Amino acid sequence: MIETPKVDWLALSPVLALLGASGIALLAAVLVPPWMRKTVSAVSVFAGFVVAAVFAGIVFDDTPQPEILLSESMARDQLGALAQLILAITGAAVVFAAWSERRRRHDAEYYSLLAAAGAGMMFFVQAENLMTLFLGLEWFSLCLYILVAIDTERATSLEAGLKYVIVGGFGSAVLLFGSALVFGATGELGFAQIAAAEAGDDAFLVTGLAMILAGLAFKVSAAPFHMWTPDVYQGAPTSVTAFMSAATKTAALVVTIRVLVTAFPDESQIWTIAVAVIACVSLAWGNLAALAQRDVKRILAFSSVSHAGFMLIAVAAASERGTEALLYYLVPYSAMSVGAFAVVAARERELDKPVTLEGLAGLGWERPFYGVALWIFMLGMAGFPLTGGFFGKLFVFSAAYEVGDWWLVLAGVAATALSLAYYLNIVRWLYMRSGAELRLAPAGGSPPRELALGVAVTAAIVVTVGSFFAAQPILDLASDAASSLPF
Amino acid sequence: MLTTALILLPVAAALVIAILPLPRELTAGLAFLAALMEVGLWIVTAARFDFEEGGLQLGTTEEWVESLGISYSVGFYGFSLWLTGVAVVVSAAAIGYALWVGRDRPRAYHALMLFLTGAVVATFAAQDLLLFYVSFEAMLIPLYVLVGVWGGARRQAATLTFVVYTMAGSLLMLASVVAFGVTQDTFSLLDSGTSDNTWIFLGFAVAFAVKAPLFPFHGWLPLTYREAPPEVAAVLSAIVSKTAVYGFLVIVLAKFPEPVRDFTGLILVLAGAGLVYGSLLAFRAPDLRGIVAYSSLAQMGLIVLGLFALNDLGLDGAVLLSVAHALISATMFLLVGMVERRCGSGELEVLGGMARGRPVFATVLLVAGMVALAVPGSVTFAGEFLIMAGVYEEGWGYAAVVALGIVLAAMYVLRLISAVLHVRPGRAVHDEALDLRPGELALVLPLVACLIALSVWPALVSQSSFSGDRPARVISEGFR
Repeated sequence: MIETPKVDWLALSPVLALLGASGIALLAAVLVPPWMRKTVSAVSVFAGFVVAAVFAGIVFDDTPQPEILLSESMARDQLGALAQLILAITGAAVVFAAWSERRRRHDAEYYSLLAAAGAGMMFFVQAENLMTLFLGLEWFSLCLYILVAIDTERATSLEAGLKYVIVGGFGSAVLLFGSALVFGATGELGFAQIAAAEAGDDAFLVTGLAMILAGLAFKVSAAPFHMWTPDVYQGAPTSVTAFMSAATKTAALVVTIRVLVTAFPDESQIWTIAVAVIACVSLAWGNLAALAQRDVKRILAFSSVSHAGFMLIAVAAASERGTEALLYYLVPYSAMSVGAFAVVAARERELDKPVTLEGLAGLGWERPFYGVALWIFMLGMAGFPLTGGFFGKLFVFSAAYEVGDWWLVLAGVAATALSLAYYLNIVRWLYMRSGAELRLAPAGGSPPRELALGVAVTAAIVVTVGSFFAAQPILDLASDAASSLPF
Repeated sequence: MLTTALILLPVAAALVIAILPLPRELTAGLAFLAALMEVGLWIVTAARFDFEEGGLQLGTTEEWVESLGISYSVGFYGFSLWLTGVAVVVSAAAIGYALWVGRDRPRAYHALMLFLTGAVVATFAAQDLLLFYVSFEAMLIPLYVLVGVWGGARRQAATLTFVVYTMAGSLLMLASVVAFGVTQDTFSLLDSGTSDNTWIFLGFAVAFAVKAPLFPFHGWLPLTYREAPPEVAAVLSAIVSKTAVYGFLVIVLAKFPEPVRDFTGLILVLAGAGLVYGSLLAFRAPDLRGIVAYSSLAQMGLIVLGLFALNDLGLDGAVLLSVAHALISATMFLLVGMVERRCGSGELEVLGGMARGRPVFATVLLVAGMVALAVPGSVTFAGEFLIMAGVYEEGWGYAAVVALGIVLAAMYVLRLISAVLHVRPGRAVHDEALDLRPGELALVLPLVACLIALSVWPALVSQSSFSGDRPARVISEGFR
C-alpha cells in the first residue's frame, strides 16, 4: 500500500472546476457538430467560472486561518480565495463579452483556453513555494500566448502572439533564474521556509529577490517591464485583451504581495523602495505614453500600466491596510477594464477596423448605452467619485500616507492629473465630435444586436458604481483576506 | 431625511429623464417640474429649520466606510441652508430657460442639469470631508459635458481649460483630504479637530481659490463663462462658485485656524487685487459675457475679503453677498442670453438702443443692474457695507479697496446698461427683436423679486446664518 498525501480537494476545487470546463470545451471542439460547438463550449466554460466562483466563496468562508497544503506547496487562505473569486467573476464576464466575436475557426478552443488560463491563474494565486509559483505562471502564460494569437487569419494577432511569447518567455526566465538564486542562498523553496532561513543580506538572495520581482512585474505590466503590453493588447482579440488586463494583473499583483510579504519579510527595507520606484516609473511612463496614442486599445494598454503603478503603491506600503487597498482596487479596476474593452470590441465590429479616437466620434449619441458605459469606465479609471475607482485611489493613498510615504501620494495625485487628459479626451470624442463630421463609414447595415455583450457591460457598470456605494462590504472581504498574510 | 430627500430628488429625476424616452417638450417640462419641486422641497426644509437655534440641523449620519471613518453625514447650518436655497432657485430658473430656448438633445441636457443640481445641494449639505469631496467633484462631470456639447464655437478649448484648472485644484485637495482624514482618523467634519499643517491647508485653499475663482487662479473663467450656454454660465457663476465659499467656511476657516492666521494677509491682498483687477477688466470687456464674468471675479474677491476678515461683520456680509451675487449673476447671465438670442451677438459695439420699444426688458435689466452696482438700499449694498466694515478692522487699506471696488462696480454696470439700452440702436439690434416674452419674464422676475425682497429685509439672511448671530465665535469653535 503506497501512502498518498492527504489532498484538500476543496481548496483545489476552483482550479479543478475550470479544468473540467476546459476539458469539456476541448472535447466539444471535436465531438460536437460545428453549428453548436460555440454554444456548448461557451456554456460549459461559463458554468466552470460560476462553479469556481462558488467554490472560491465556500473556501473563503471556510478558512478563517490560513493553511499550508501538499508538502508546503499550496496555500489555502482567504487571500487566495478572494483573488480566485475576482478572477472567476472576471472570467464569466469575459465569456459574455466574447460571445459576439466572430471567428472562422477555433471557437471551442478559444473557450477551452480561456478556462485553462483561468485555472492557471487560480492555481498561481495559491502558490506557496517557488516551484508552484513558476508552474502557475507558465500554465496561464502558455494559454494566453495561444489565445493572443488565436485569430490566425489576422496578421496583427499573430504578431502580438509572437511578441508576447518572446517577451513573456524572457520574463519567465528571469523569474526562474531568480528563484534558483534564492534557492541557492537559502536551500528552501517554500515561502515561509525562505523567510525562516534568515539568509540576511546575502547577495544571492537579494539578486534573486530582484529577479523574482522583475519577473512578476512583467506579468503586472509595470514599467519598465511593460514593453509587450501595448502591442499585445492592441493585437490580441479584444476579449482576450479584456481578460488579460483584468485577470493577469489581479493574479500577478496578489502573488507579488504574497511572495514579498511571506518569503522576504526581512528584506522589506529593500523591496518596498524597489516597488515604490517601479510604481512611480509605471505612473509616469504609462500616463505620458497614453497621451501620445490614437488607438483606443493602446491608450487603455498604457492606462493599465499606470493602474499597475497605483496598485504597486499599495504593495509598497507593505501593510495590512495596503493589501486591503490593493484587493479593493482590483474589484472596480477589473470591472472597468473588462467593460471598456467590451465596448471597444463592439465598436470594432461595427466599424470593421481597429478603433482609434476618431472611431469613437459620436458614439455617445449614436449608441447611448455604450456611450454612457464607456463614459462611466473612463471616469472610474480617472478616479472620479461615484465610481469604485475613486475609493480605490483613496484607499491606496491613505495606506501610503499612513506608513509615511507622502511622496507616493503626491506622485499618485500628479499621475491622476496627467491621466485626466486622455480619459477625458475619450469622453470628448464620444460626445463632442460627431461621426458625420468625420465621415466615419460604418461597416454597413444596422449594428448587430449584441445582447450578451450588453450583459457583460451592464455587469461591469454595476460593479464599477456599486463598489463605490458598497465600499465597506468589499473592504471587509479585503480586510479578511489581508489578514491571512503575516504582517 | 429631508436633507437626503433634497439631494436625491434631482438625482432621481435626472435618472428618470435620462431613461424615459419622452418627446422633447415633455422631457424638458418634466425637468422643469422636478426643479420646481426641488424649490418646494427647499421651502418645506426651510420651514422646518429653526433659525433661532442655529447649529447643525436636519442632520443624518450613516456609516459608509467604517474602517477609514468615512460617513454619509449631511445637515444644514443657517448659511448653508440659504446657499442651498439660492442654488435650487437658480437651477430652476436655468432649467426653465433651457426649456424656453428648447435645448438640443433634451434628455441628456436636462438629466445633466438636474444631476448638477443634486451635486451642488450635496456639497452644501456635506458634513463629511469625503462626501464633500465626492459631491464637489461630481459637479464637474455634468459641467464638462454641458459646456463641451452645448457651448459656443470655442467650447472645446473652454472645457479643456476649465477642467485642467479645476482638476488640478481638486487633486491637490484630494491629497489634503487623505492627509487630513488619516491624521484625524476620521473624515467627519463634525468629529474632527483642527490641524496646523500648512501643506494640508494650502491644498484646500488652492482648490477653493480655483473654484471660486480667486485671483490669480481665474485663468479658466473668461473662456468658460463666454463659451458655456448662458444658463450653464449662470449656474456656474451663481452657485458652483459658492461651493468654494462653503468650503472656505466649514473647512479652511474652521479646521485650520493657525495656517489661516499666517496666510490671512496674503489672501486678503490677493482677494483685494482680484476685486480691483476683475472690476477693471469688467470695465474694459468688449462684450456682455465678459462684463458679467469679470464682475463675478470681482465679487468673489469681495466675498473672500469678508470671509478672511474673520469677524462677525465680515462673515455675515460674505454670506449675504454670496446669496445676493448668486441671484444677480444668474439674472444677468439669463438676460445676456436673451439679448444674444435676439441680436445674435453680445458684442457691445453692435448693441444699443434696446430700451426703445422694449420697456419690460429695459425695466428688468435696469433693476437688476441697480442691485448689481450696489445702490444704497440694495441687498448688495448691505453685504458690501458689512464686508467693508469687517475688513476695516483688519486695516483701513482693505476698506479703501472695497470702496474702490464698489465705485468700479457702478462704472461697469452703468456701462453695460447704457451700451445695451441707450445710445443709438446697434447694428445687431433689429426692430424684430422682441421685448421679453411672458415665459422669459416668468424666469427672471422671481429672481429679481428675491433680490428686492432681500433688499427690503437683508437681515433675513444676515441674522440667521450663524447661531446666535456670532459668526466669528461659531467658526473659531469649529461649528460646535
